[in-house]
Amino acid sequence: MSAKAQGAWSGPAEVFAYKRLDDPYHSLTLVAPEVCSRAAPGQFVALRMPEDRSLLLRRPFSIHRVDRRPGWAGTVEVVFDIRGRGTEMLSRLRQHATLDILGPLGRPFRFPKEPTNCLLVGGGIGAAPLLFLAEELRGHGHRVDYILGGRTQDHLLRPIEAKRASLTVTFTTDDGSTGYRGMVTDVLAERVRVTNAKVVYTCGPVAMLRAVARICAQMKLSCEVAWEEVMACGFGACLVCAVPVRLDRGGEDDWAWARCCTEGPVFSASRVHWERVEEAGAPSATGAGG
Amino acid sequence: MTPDRRNLKLAVDLGGVKFPNPILTASGTFHYGREFAPYIDLHKLGGVIVKSLSFKPWPGHPPPRGAETPSGMLNAIGLQNPGVSAFCDHELPWLVKQKVPVVASIVGHSPEEYMKVADRLRGAPGIVAMEVNISCPNLEDPTTMFSSNPDATGKVIRGVTRVASQPVFTKLSPDVTNIVDIAKAAVRAGTHGLSVMNTALGMAIDTETFRPKLSTFTGGLSGPAVKPIAIRCVYQVSRAFPDVPIIGQGGIWTGEDVAEFLLAGASAVAVGTANFVEPNASQRILDEFIEYLNRKKIRDVSQLRRMMKDG
Repeated sequence: MSAKAQGAWSGPAEVFAYKRLDDPYHSLTLVAPEVCSRAAPGQFVALRMPEDRSLLLRRPFSIHRVDRRPGWAGTVEVVFDIRGRGTEMLSRLRQHATLDILGPLGRPFRFPKEPTNCLLVGGGIGAAPLLFLAEELRGHGHRVDYILGGRTQDHLLRPIEAKRASLTVTFTTDDGSTGYRGMVTDVLAERVRVTNAKVVYTCGPVAMLRAVARICAQMKLSCEVAWEEVMACGFGACLVCAVPVRLDRGGEDDWAWARCCTEGPVFSASRVHWERVEEAGAPSATGAGG
Repeated sequence: MTPDRRNLKLAVDLGGVKFPNPILTASGTFHYGREFAPYIDLHKLGGVIVKSLSFKPWPGHPPPRGAETPSGMLNAIGLQNPGVSAFCDHELPWLVKQKVPVVASIVGHSPEEYMKVADRLRGAPGIVAMEVNISCPNLEDPTTMFSSNPDATGKVIRGVTRVASQPVFTKLSPDVTNIVDIAKAAVRAGTHGLSVMNTALGMAIDTETFRPKLSTFTGGLSGPAVKPIAIRCVYQVSRAFPDVPIIGQGGIWTGEDVAEFLLAGASAVAVGTANFVEPNASQRILDEFIEYLNRKKIRDVSQLRRMMKDG
């Protein structure tokens, strides 16, 4: 390995569009051709807060979508809900504002080598990387079905786009306002059977990831989980974003903290040491600052 | 654009420990350097102070390990590291190849553990100095850190200076009644220099969930929020021990911040939290500092520590 490791791109990005989505979600599309051209589903960008420098740290966001249309400067879209002053500030940005972007960062979802039936399972804002994933999987000849869940109808992230990007979509809401009343995991086993899925990709709250991973293990399906953890740097230097993983030589107690930002954010579900995962302090998806 | 550095003397000599320029990277904010290689030419740095090394691997704390606070951040990593032997086998050879002076930060739960790490690093190639991180609970009295007690500080530093083949810098904590007393204990125990300062102990609580924001409840505060405390500490220690070289650290973000630390009495500085936000922060800060020197017509950086007007 003599070549200099390829880093993420870092520099100013102009806001191409801000969009208010269904409550409680916001979308920000940034002109960042260098990030756009290299990005893969599951990777993230770290955005620096403009204006208020007392908001010190970058906030990590899953790459929601990229636009690589020829003849246009490539754009990267992120979606978020408001967790603190940082995300509140991002929601006030409008076209032509600039902010500093670092990305793409992290390990993306791994794709099957042969055409495979894939099932995507997303909950709340955690579904952010799954549209990009659906588009790329289909581009590689895989079948994509989707289970999208949320607390209410308004908490389903981009339901119309989800329908466009996948062969079937199953909605679940906690209150039954749309689709199945219950959790994504209530319908998972049945959707696996109906779609004949062999690989499951999931992103959302830790409790959901744990439940999805358990069902996939029982059904002997390959499962990849995109993790959300508090981060400070996003590129492996600070060791803030710790995820417990089994070590390869692995007995039950042979584990270590992995860096979510460089060894993840996408992990094979079988690598995560679930017994060590705490749900109590469930971290925010938007970094140490919110 | 790289600023004009002709006619500038940037190299500094800290009691025999030489750095090509006064801007190092602070322990715990630069890992072992590799993560920064895509963003920065490591050989252009004054030096790299690596993340603290213990004798055996330390696992670190559970998450959440970090929280932003106004102009700062709290961390509770728990000194996660693979141990000094793994560092020597897998990290140090690469880092030395980058042609940057390496300072090894060491940590332990007892004076004996510190000595075992220092002993393992004896004669290690490329390591120009040792920085002793005494902000660690003392196993003999786990409610206190070595750094808060002059006797415990003296014990650790006496032991480390006895076995180390490199000059030793003691990293002081601001969380003490009188930092000069701790500095005095370190100097009497034979430390060659001082690193001032480590993070300040802090805490933050989420008012929505009622939970502390760190898994360990309290953690180290860093970033621009602590800079005035660090400047004060450097000033107090340097006035008490004008002949003991100091590496100043705490919230450095700009070239002017570097100048401020040198004016307070430091001979070199280490950039910390800024590395997390801008992977090339230390390079930018060096460029800004050079511009500052040109603007102020200062030819030799080592003059700055005698230039504060206190009369």
